[in-house]
Amino acid sequence: MPITRRSLIAAAGIGATASQSAPRLSRAQAANTIRIGVLNDQSGLYRDVNGPGSVVCVRQAVADSGLAARGINVEVLVGDHQNRPDVGSNIARQWLDRDGVDLILDVPTSSVALAVNSIVREKNKVHMNSSGATSDLTGAQCSPNTVHWTYDTYMLAKSTGGAMVKAGGDTWFFLTADYAFGHALERDTTNFVRASGGRVLGSVRTPFPGNADFSSFLVQAQASRAKVVGLANAGGDTINCVKQAAEFGLARRGVKLAGLLVFISDVHSLGLQTAQGLVITETFYWDLNDRTRAFTARVVPNMPNGLRPGMGQAGCYGAVMHYLKAVADMGAPAAKASGAEAVSRMKAMPCDDDAFGPGTIRPDGRKLHPAYLLEVKAPAESRGPWDYYKLLATTSGDEAFRPVGEGGCALVRS
Amino acid sequence: MSDTAITAGALPAPKAENAVAWGFSRAQFGALAAMIVFLAVAPFVLYPVFIMKLLCFALFALAFNLLIGYVGLLSFGHAAYFGMGGYIAGYSAKALGLSPELAILGGGIVAGLLGAVFGWIAIRRQGIYFAMITLALAQMVYFFCVQAPFTGGEDGIQAIPRGNLLGVVPLDRDMNMYWLVAGIFLGSFLLIHRIVHSPFGQVLKAIRENEPRTTSLGYKTDDYKLVAFILSSALAGVAGATKSLVFGIATLTDVHWSMSGEVVLMTLVGGLGTTFGPVIGAAVIVTMQNYLAELGAWVTVIQGVIFVACVLAFRRGIIGELGNLLKVKL
Repeated sequence: MPITRRSLIAAAGIGATASQSAPRLSRAQAANTIRIGVLNDQSGLYRDVNGPGSVVCVRQAVADSGLAARGINVEVLVGDHQNRPDVGSNIARQWLDRDGVDLILDVPTSSVALAVNSIVREKNKVHMNSSGATSDLTGAQCSPNTVHWTYDTYMLAKSTGGAMVKAGGDTWFFLTADYAFGHALERDTTNFVRASGGRVLGSVRTPFPGNADFSSFLVQAQASRAKVVGLANAGGDTINCVKQAAEFGLARRGVKLAGLLVFISDVHSLGLQTAQGLVITETFYWDLNDRTRAFTARVVPNMPNGLRPGMGQAGCYGAVMHYLKAVADMGAPAAKASGAEAVSRMKAMPCDDDAFGPGTIRPDGRKLHPAYLLEVKAPAESRGPWDYYKLLATTSGDEAFRPVGEGGCALVRS
Repeated sequence: MSDTAITAGALPAPKAENAVAWGFSRAQFGALAAMIVFLAVAPFVLYPVFIMKLLCFALFALAFNLLIGYVGLLSFGHAAYFGMGGYIAGYSAKALGLSPELAILGGGIVAGLLGAVFGWIAIRRQGIYFAMITLALAQMVYFFCVQAPFTGGEDGIQAIPRGNLLGVVPLDRDMNMYWLVAGIFLGSFLLIHRIVHSPFGQVLKAIRENEPRTTSLGYKTDDYKLVAFILSSALAGVAGATKSLVFGIATLTDVHWSMSGEVVLMTLVGGLGTTFGPVIGAAVIVTMQNYLAELGAWVTVIQGVIFVACVLAFRRGIIGELGNLLKVKL
């Protein structure tokens, strides 16, 4: 026993010293080195949606940018915020204060994204958000140091709500997770459904968190005879709803499920048999065009577990490509000196990358690109692995996102 | 029925042996001096925000240890007081514009009131039932925080201003904030030590060892347990309030039940019922969460392994085993 105990203590001691020395090694830095910190969920619920896949896409962007040939080094750091705001903001502060990080990237989970947003502003660095959903990042809490790249709740509601009605789904019933996020999604989507001439026949609030049985709510939705059942929830709730709706045979009766926050990795794990007919909105799909296919072919060999990149991960690629373009344009020392300057340079330059195509960044920090309304294919329609979606409608970037004046962003008014 | 099952891993009750001053033994005095030196030097060597986080969790674990280590009550809902303290401080500093010292005080008071109500309900039962009742009540607080408008739901309260201490010292500078946090920590540490070594604390320990006998000696044990519960929850609230000012955020993480579990883990790893154990336990766990963050999924695995190793190999915790080895009480 004493030996076990001693070796354990020794191991703990070695562990402690090793962890202490890590930041010191990385502190030395040159003026020509750009440091990108990828801060996301490496171990939890959203690992497949961003996690290591985002890091692969960032490294691809660094390679594609060709900055090394110009003598600018780019280093990539990775942090796991464990979906906890205190861990996330501690890593962010440490990166900015001690490790010389210039760009904090990805940051899923709204509470962590908003916390990082205010820290980056305080330290005058750059925050490019890809996997965060909250539209507050370019609204009430917008910042001159932030670019919100991939998607937000407003866009999802508008594309799924508005474009779906135009595609024929004009009567809706909502299953809403009973908390602020669910309420906001339902409210926004309802507005777009009505504005496009659709009708909302009813809604039901489902307990959150921890509810696993949606059968009674699905029966209510079925009884309403709505053509579309909107799932104003996320993550495990959505997955459970989709599975149970398949068991109740909603799709066979011609009812469409509209998921307001679903990623391709969710569809992959559900399988086409269960998910078929589900309608969702994404801003990136690997099989959209030649450029997205070429981008996917480059990153897939490095992706964990053979996943294809989803929109959050592709967003990391697009954001880094654009940031490094601005860095090449203004020079690494200038980009490092002021995050706000780097962001305003990015806003001044047109965006163009393989994942999202041409686009722009608005003064409030919103990146504009088209939103795609997609339907999950039936197993018979799928021609190969990861051939999951058919395109129903495209909403242009100008229309898909919240109009610049309506978000309450102080940067726009002044 | 005393809670012998819960306190089996703790050291036997202290005798008032060779106390140098204020109930500190010689070894504890040395450890206290070492801790003060660490507090004074650390911000110049390590990252101050990280140490502040560590101190907040250390205070939380100390508050929790006051209940489990000295009264033998396993509260499995301490996140409720920690998180509520954070929300109250965040809301009063941001929306009401209160100064930081009032915000922290407010957080502690509200958490203490919450503890008074929950404690009044929970102390009627013992052992596993007590733990379950506190967990259930804490879950109610969690669902309240998910829904209540002032907490900001899952976004939490963001960008809480640190403000100026007493209207003069700007806390936006990390070093100023650090000295405040170190002061709060040290003050609370000494307060808890004083409580434990007061006549009141002696009665608490008597309850831990044998509640029916304490009752037979004429003490109203329920009153003592309730007061200890209130003190513990108020101090947990102060820890949460301080943390929300340090980071400028108050979120659902701090009221989630896993936070209640984490504080149990910190206290167990450090040493149940020891003076310095919770501090060391908090330091170990928080350091792991921070410095191992780049290992991704391995953080939780390592945490689990350490927990298992503690329970199997050194049940008295780091400080408890160290004290046993050196034959002193720490």
